[in-house]
Amino acid sequence: MADTVSRAPRVGLRRAARPPAPGGSPRRRREAVAGYTFLLPWFVGLFGITLFPMLYSLYLSFTDYDLLQSPQWIGLDNYVRMLTDDPQYWNSVKATLLFAVVSVPLKLAVALGVALLLYRDRRGVGLYRALFYVPSLLGGSVAVAIVWQTLFGGQGAINDILSVVGITGRSWITNPSTALGTLVLLAAWQFGAPMVIFLAGLKQIPAEMFEAGSLDGAGRFTQFWHITLPMLSPVLFFNLVLETIAGFQGFTAAFVISGGTGGPADSTLLYTLYLYLRGFGDFQMGYASAMAWGFLLVLGVITAIVFRSGSLWVHYADEGEH
Amino acid sequence: MTTAPSTLASAPLAPQAPAPGGRPARTAGSVVAHVVLVVLLVVALYPIAYLIGTSFKSPQEIANNLDVLPRSFTPKNYADGWSGIPGVSFARFFTNSVVVSLGVVVGNVVSCSLAAYAFARLRFPLRGLWFALMIGTLLLPHHVLVVPQYVLFNALGWVNTPLPLIVPKFLATDAFFVFLMVQFMRGIPRTLDEAAAIDGCGPFSTFFRIVLPLTKPALVTTTVFSFIQTWNDFFSQLVYLNDITKYTLPIGLRLFLDSSGQNSVGPMFAMSALSLVPVFLFFLVFQRLIVEGINTSGIKG
Repeated sequence: MADTVSRAPRVGLRRAARPPAPGGSPRRRREAVAGYTFLLPWFVGLFGITLFPMLYSLYLSFTDYDLLQSPQWIGLDNYVRMLTDDPQYWNSVKATLLFAVVSVPLKLAVALGVALLLYRDRRGVGLYRALFYVPSLLGGSVAVAIVWQTLFGGQGAINDILSVVGITGRSWITNPSTALGTLVLLAAWQFGAPMVIFLAGLKQIPAEMFEAGSLDGAGRFTQFWHITLPMLSPVLFFNLVLETIAGFQGFTAAFVISGGTGGPADSTLLYTLYLYLRGFGDFQMGYASAMAWGFLLVLGVITAIVFRSGSLWVHYADEGEH
Repeated sequence: MTTAPSTLASAPLAPQAPAPGGRPARTAGSVVAHVVLVVLLVVALYPIAYLIGTSFKSPQEIANNLDVLPRSFTPKNYADGWSGIPGVSFARFFTNSVVVSLGVVVGNVVSCSLAAYAFARLRFPLRGLWFALMIGTLLLPHHVLVVPQYVLFNALGWVNTPLPLIVPKFLATDAFFVFLMVQFMRGIPRTLDEAAAIDGCGPFSTFFRIVLPLTKPALVTTTVFSFIQTWNDFFSQLVYLNDITKYTLPIGLRLFLDSSGQNSVGPMFAMSALSLVPVFLFFLVFQRLIVEGINTSGIKG
């Protein structure tokens, strides 16, 4: 069963690439009609809810539009204002990059570390795995963001715990230099989802590789560096792509913790939050559309960089066999 | 994501049997590992324990007792929170959340399975192109589309109704679930389709009688994750719902934050804890599937 799952897609993709036979039997034609019928809802969605809105937002990005009056063409003004005349925009870019650059590696490092601990010791793995997953399950909710805001507040439990070891904390939420840090911790706290993927990847490494490594006198660290990490690199790559995309789209916690402002001093003004405030706070739909396209371009470039870098360090075990 | 690592291609859905050779010896290293794991677990579960514990504290205790457990359990916060917002009961927010979540689940299961069947099983012109576009939308950030979609739904008069949250899901816009089901359907032996064709089944009856029943695990996965995602979703619901009677739970919870006084912390925590119960129940029932199923399904194939 598992083997069919793995092989079938390749066959399917190859068939998809082949052009349909010319002429075509009645059965072929019937199948083609059926194909497009089954795809009908998807087509309506693709064109109506995705592609057309994308083009429309490209148009809106060159206009001044408040939803009440019809859009006024203003050329590149929105983009010029965004890049040269809006310090808040750059604050939001800075906060978003900082958030992603710190939270993604931190989250993946914790996920990998715990996965390695769980993988080595199989006893109770199922229970640990389920319990570590719980934060990933609940972490995106408003409820948890509310808890976070309370925990890291001036009168919060975190300061209470810190005072035991003699540290007097301030409010972590209202301090511009630590507010984003609480969001990073909240993101890293949800390490369960990538951890589960790492565990699935670790299971796939043949035990003989480690046995061979031991025979050659490789210690645990050498084995990790030369066997585990290369073998795990496709999974690491997969997690990196997923978490990077998610990392740039953080919204809920930033909104709740800052009371919907991105403060203090724009320190938690993540890109999507600023887009929301401009688009749906002051109904500057044209400006928000320009921001959306800027976001798409930047995220596209970053995703491309991640994919490009992948060819340098991702190791596919079966590369030589095909 | 199509060029997924093939080392994982044969990851089974079911948990693997323990390696032959018996359980590992209880060495000093293994004890240390367990101690580290338990400490990490305490840290990881502390915020949730704190949420539940605080939801049972009296206002006085919330002010002076920062321990996880209350000295005396009082359910009063739950009663206060349930009717906490003047004019609207939390029952209304719960109902609205249930309506939106169920609508999304039905929409995703129906529309994504239809699209997936076409991609996985039928041959038609331009299939490769459409499939590539579908994969492209998989990586498209939702926030890029929110402004023009809002303009569209506003023109249709749908703002402040659940329709903008539900209707797009009936159009297979959640590409992730389409992809998931395509991968799954490709694993169903084609000989079954061929046998059905010999028995006179066309594409439609093959879908309903053969493929759909066999796709059940992927349909369940889609159900579970659609539900959890929608239940926790904040952004779209915040954008589209602006009348208090239309609010879902996440938006309703926000009202407590706005009326922030020492006295509202207890009810706010109580309702926060309550809002997580459905997600947690789903987790308990489908734990194995959630932890082992979907997360690895994306890297298969």
